[in-house]
Amino acid sequence: MSGASDVIIVGGGLMGSSAALFLRGHGLSVTLLETDLIGRQASGTNFGNVRRQGRPIHQLPLANRAIAIWRKSRELLGADVEYLQSGHIRVCYRDRPELVGSMEDYAANARMEGLDLELVSGNVLRDKFPFFGPDVLAGSYSPTDGHANPRLAAPAFARAAARLGAVIHENTQIVDAQKVGEDFIVTAADGRTFRAPILLVTAGAWGNALSSQFGEPVPIVPKGPTMSVTEPVPYAILPTVGVMTPLEQETVYFRQVARGNIVLGGSTRGPSFPDQYRAYVEPQNTVSQLKHIRRLAPSLGRLNIIRVWSGIEGYMPDSQPVMGPSATTSGLYYAFGFSGSGFQIGPGVGETMAEIIAKGATDIPTEPYRVERFTTQA
Amino acid sequence: MAEQRMSPRVIIVGAGPAGTRAAQACVQAGVRPILLDEGRRDGGQIYRRQPDNFTRPYAKLYGSEAGRAQALHETFNGLKSAIDYRPETLVWNIAGGQVWTASATYADAIPFDALLLCTGATDRLMPVKGWQFAGSYSLGGSQVALKSQAVSIGHNVVFMGSGPLLYLVASQYVEAGANVVAVLDTAPYSARIKALPDLLAVPSVLWNGVTLTMKLKRAGVAVHNGVTPLEIIGNADSGVSAVRFRTGAGTEQDIVCDAVAMGHHLRPETQLADLARCAFAFDPGTRQWLPERDSDGRSSVAGVYLAGDGAKILGARSAEASGRLAALAALADLGLPVDKGEMTSLRGDVGTYAKFARGLAKAFPWPSHQASQLPDDAILCRCEGVTAGDLRGIMRQTGAKEANRAKAFSRVGMGRCQGRYCGLAAAELIAAEADIPIEQVGRLRGQAPVKPLTIAIGDDQ
Repeated sequence: MSGASDVIIVGGGLMGSSAALFLRGHGLSVTLLETDLIGRQASGTNFGNVRRQGRPIHQLPLANRAIAIWRKSRELLGADVEYLQSGHIRVCYRDRPELVGSMEDYAANARMEGLDLELVSGNVLRDKFPFFGPDVLAGSYSPTDGHANPRLAAPAFARAAARLGAVIHENTQIVDAQKVGEDFIVTAADGRTFRAPILLVTAGAWGNALSSQFGEPVPIVPKGPTMSVTEPVPYAILPTVGVMTPLEQETVYFRQVARGNIVLGGSTRGPSFPDQYRAYVEPQNTVSQLKHIRRLAPSLGRLNIIRVWSGIEGYMPDSQPVMGPSATTSGLYYAFGFSGSGFQIGPGVGETMAEIIAKGATDIPTEPYRVERFTTQA
Repeated sequence: MAEQRMSPRVIIVGAGPAGTRAAQACVQAGVRPILLDEGRRDGGQIYRRQPDNFTRPYAKLYGSEAGRAQALHETFNGLKSAIDYRPETLVWNIAGGQVWTASATYADAIPFDALLLCTGATDRLMPVKGWQFAGSYSLGGSQVALKSQAVSIGHNVVFMGSGPLLYLVASQYVEAGANVVAVLDTAPYSARIKALPDLLAVPSVLWNGVTLTMKLKRAGVAVHNGVTPLEIIGNADSGVSAVRFRTGAGTEQDIVCDAVAMGHHLRPETQLADLARCAFAFDPGTRQWLPERDSDGRSSVAGVYLAGDGAKILGARSAEASGRLAALAALADLGLPVDKGEMTSLRGDVGTYAKFARGLAKAFPWPSHQASQLPDDAILCRCEGVTAGDLRGIMRQTGAKEANRAKAFSRVGMGRCQGRYCGLAAAELIAAEADIPIEQVGRLRGQAPVKPLTIAIGDDQ
């Protein structure tokens, strides 16, 4: 036996790292197990949007909880994760005027959940943000959203958790998990075992491998985001920008970091290979992304990209995570399958899961995320 | 009627000595290869051709290597109608059996049966405090200025570093009439004596080196051996004003200059091999990770071949041999008849140059210890403006001691050069700081695009 604790967390991304931090806040002892290094896949390679706008309305309480944590992240973590509350704009194009109505409906519903959005015409947008192209019809501006650095966030949460006493094992691949009596016994590839009465699975695209061991297979699909970054240019673009459209190809977004580089994302996703621990950017996806970026902001065509990357993300068929208690096994909890949209809510997920585990309940609605939606026959 | 067989699709990347000889071998075998090159003209770096309207003779441009340069250029001229030559074309990614290219904003994806990567080399640089000031160049960069545009990088130039290129470029500058103030070699003279047995593997090249040194001395250039570079003094507005160094005897000295050319021999451009998913292995002799290949140039990936200095630094003469050898291996693998005896002889040539290269590594050792001695306020990564102190601080804060992890946290190697110029020194600094062997630091994963790619790509298609 290599270690016993109150809670074992399998998966050292943003969800697992922040859950470890908040579980320590509840006084529970925590062992966090990570196959590779903390935050190297979905948590570290995503776009870095700290955006509530555009999330399902039922998710906004969770997103609001998360934004409160992002705002105090520097004090909480003792590290700068480059969080900037610099606004977020979602725009639609002239060939989809019906989306203006959708934006208005969304804004009305979001306001009831405490998220204030301002609808702006294309011309007013271009006056204020001259980089928008002529195809942009209108936008919805969220002044209180923003962005942060994914490469830094999860490791900073993990370091803060470790300072509070969480035990973190990197390079620890889990090959088996079972409940024996009152305890879960979790076994690593090198034979080490870990024991705890509570097991939290925050293993992203690998989550199904563990939930299946407890009779709860879920239809998760691994994919990888298509990301690019430009050379640094003078800092001029404050808000994060994204496109609202039913077409995946048109769904591009960008943000400028204080250092000056502009991060580009979206349009398509590539394949990723959890077994090989690799994800690749398909060159045609980069070309497609850049084409749609030019439509959104033609002047970006004068810049160069200097790097592309991807990572391993787990997607659910309804784009909603599996989050909450297991239906088969007491003491077992899940928080994975965030379907490319987990970064902003990540710290809120960690805090909510810690609350569910420590107190047995939460005010945050988690009904849409129940694992039973995939495992119970209709 | 016999079914017509499609000619195999061979792509060669790079039109230097390796790529040119590879193309020649293909044409002789009846194959019309596609030759992709970033340059405006063929020749690569070492045999870089001057612009069309320049008229300097071969002897003036290439010195002792004039004959080889001319022979290579003439071979290329003769091949032009038999190959699909695409100059000013960047290969920015390799995936799915295709080479992805960009030529201005024109994008293409070209499938291949065999891919020969003859990507050449860039300078191996050791950062020195102040190396970000205007007037600091790499040795290769200073040579390009002279060869291509017939200009010097400054009025009073210091050459600093080590390796054969240090003496070659300094003497080319002297020959061209530039004022070379000093040559500062970090290698002690004694290292050259110890390396003699290996260097004698190719006596003519050794003799070239001796001649260069004599030429510099005759021209009155101060040559210091066994120095430690301390600082390039200057400021952001007016650039370089002096170089400060410690002599082999231990005294500090300043030399007034307005430009400095630096480098410690070369490093291979291996990013495309990495994107093609070739396996890499640590090479203790050069303290670098290099793509694995067999004696003929086959990489670990079927259909991908590596030749010239882009695979391992063995010099231009070796590149001509290994380029031809890799092409013959590719043609043989494609089922075409090749001269097995010639392949054996080429393998022998490459082996001889490899021995010479080992001698060079001994004569001009990479001063790895200088990375760990970089002062905290010295910039390590120029693209991202990260200092040695920044990296050390982040290592202490995060515990990062793997190259990609340190990059993710500190931005070292994350800029437009993707760690080409700072990556090797950063790895040395990480190894020293973490007190681990350099191979445990790992290597920076290659990421597309290997050079900056315009967002306007495909705009006019």
